[in-house]
Amino acid sequence: MKLNRRAIIGGITAGTLAFGLAACGGGGDEEGGSGDLASGEINASGASFPDAFYAAAIEAYAEVNPDLMVSYNATGSGTGKSEFGEGLNDFAGTDSLVKDDDGVEAGSFQYIPTVAAPITVSYNLPGVDALQLPQDVLAGIFGGTVTTWNDPTIAAANPDATLPDTAITLAVRSDGSGTTTNFSKFLEAASPDVWTLGSGDTIEWPGNAVAGEKNTGVAQIIQDTEGAIGYVDLADATESGLVTASIENADGAFIAPTLEGATAALDGAQVEADLSYNPLNAAGAEAYPITAPTYILIRTEYDDPNVAAGVKEFVNYLLTDGQDLAAENNFAALPTGLRDQAVEALNSTIAD
Amino acid sequence: MTATATPEAPAEVDLGGEARSRRADWGFRALVTAAGLTVLAVLGLILVTTSLRGWPAFEEEGLLGFITGTRWAPNDDVFGTFPMLYGTLVTSLIAMIIAVPVSIGIALFITEVAHRRTRKYIVTVIDLLATVPSVVFGLVAILVVVPVITPAYQGFANLVSPVPGLNAIFDDSNTGRNYITAALVLAIMAIPIITSIAREVFATVPETDKQAAYALGATRWEMVKGAILPHSFGGLVGASMLGLGRAMGETIAVALVIGGATSMSANLFEPGNTMAAIIAQQWGESSGLHQDALIAIGVELFAITVIINFLARVVVRRAEIKMKGAHS
Repeated sequence: MKLNRRAIIGGITAGTLAFGLAACGGGGDEEGGSGDLASGEINASGASFPDAFYAAAIEAYAEVNPDLMVSYNATGSGTGKSEFGEGLNDFAGTDSLVKDDDGVEAGSFQYIPTVAAPITVSYNLPGVDALQLPQDVLAGIFGGTVTTWNDPTIAAANPDATLPDTAITLAVRSDGSGTTTNFSKFLEAASPDVWTLGSGDTIEWPGNAVAGEKNTGVAQIIQDTEGAIGYVDLADATESGLVTASIENADGAFIAPTLEGATAALDGAQVEADLSYNPLNAAGAEAYPITAPTYILIRTEYDDPNVAAGVKEFVNYLLTDGQDLAAENNFAALPTGLRDQAVEALNSTIAD
Repeated sequence: MTATATPEAPAEVDLGGEARSRRADWGFRALVTAAGLTVLAVLGLILVTTSLRGWPAFEEEGLLGFITGTRWAPNDDVFGTFPMLYGTLVTSLIAMIIAVPVSIGIALFITEVAHRRTRKYIVTVIDLLATVPSVVFGLVAILVVVPVITPAYQGFANLVSPVPGLNAIFDDSNTGRNYITAALVLAIMAIPIITSIAREVFATVPETDKQAAYALGATRWEMVKGAILPHSFGGLVGASMLGLGRAMGETIAVALVIGGATSMSANLFEPGNTMAAIIAQQWGESSGLHQDALIAIGVELFAITVIINFLARVVVRRAEIKMKGAHS
């Protein structure tokens, strides 16, 4: 038995090698114009928020260059970053910036922004299909000071709606989540006087909160609880057919969560020298204020030049042709200016 | 059945000489000892590595603060796990209150009442129930049970609202994701385990004891009460402990239905959390001290399971001495 298994493993290894060699030989012929394409395997892990977009991009890229096997494991930003620090992945996806205790050494990485997406505030209130929420009211609702739907602060912003006296149930994330980080960061920035719960991937929610697993779990709670309100990414809100509220932005306009609103927020955001940027509560009349960025961390030094070439090629694809896949997966593509900066950073970090 | 009988010395079989058989015996002994020690080694290594990794969290809060603190706020690096400990104990206790009587009932029905043919089917069904993955229980609970049962909870809360005491435990709530739902799921998951073992335990009751009870004019219930239950007490506690272990350690099903609040409430219709569930929920995005604290919760859960098992053993020993004393 043991011998048999060993023989099988040997066979597989030999087969893979042979396949790899053959693939190396064939790589250049298919895309004559663009020079040699990379081959091999790229392993990445990290944020689950952009997983749908990355998965679509990986699938599409397999047709462009079938010799480069890219895999992205949606383990969550925290795990992605610590695996990056331990050298277990070739690039990491993360929704949050690198902190001191993440296990990633300063100077060993470069942020590459990829896409962004609006986080919707979805609710379940039969008879109310349009709702406008000023920033302070939103902070009051999620901070637990506004507890019924007919609260005067909600009524004042929605004079046309008939608001029932249903109790408000908050639908939040039970898992630590970059979506929670971005949502709480927005509340912290937008309404510092009302919002006192801080920001982070887990929040001490008030007593009327019910937590669900991932975006789908929160969407499920909103669906089956009358009077519920929660934060869900646009893709899951759309898929679950949730009703979304318009949120007041920095310019005082009420904006519905759309990809156009998210792109407008990216346009209004200030980009830092390390390419991190903050589109939350960004300026601009059309900007949707709760727009979450997501990044890829690439290494400043790769031990294996093949891996470096592979990462460069795939990330470059994400920033160029791959951007066309963003909208159909409910993500907002980067504005041209930021995209060019990202490509430039990629080229200078991983030299040819 | 034969477990209690003293084994007879095996008949002498010639295996090719005294020396060879002795060598075989020694080899067997070494192999089995190694297997036995593996369990200890694995357990010990788990304890050591998790304690080491969880240490910074214990250090930050102090051992007592970590266990008794009621505030869990990873943002502020505050890690008090009492709400989760409370959730684990409350849900497991309620699950046991439901599961133990039901399981004993099923086991008695199978061994004493059911017709031989029905017995076979029931046993198969119970064993099948034990093989259903816990995530399936969780999903069924959240997609099917929760939407239906929420109004029932509210109805019950309204019903008991005039009763002092009860109205604090069963108070208004706007969600079906709560301690009770988690406890119900845990009960259903523990029932097959407790039932199978209880059935085996009942089967070890000597037929002569039962016949003796009947001969003294006992009804069937009196026979169960007088002959079966006293004889099986220790085994039933053991069965319940295995069920309890399952309930305390269950992760995914609970994580889905308990509502994930890190506060605690006497109102069983409010959402809460358990130790196992919070590890699964928060692990993915955690880093630094938060991650250490989650590992430390694992150590705490391990310690509490050991303590409960130890207490159960004490209970069994005492009860057995008492019962045997009364009977002999």
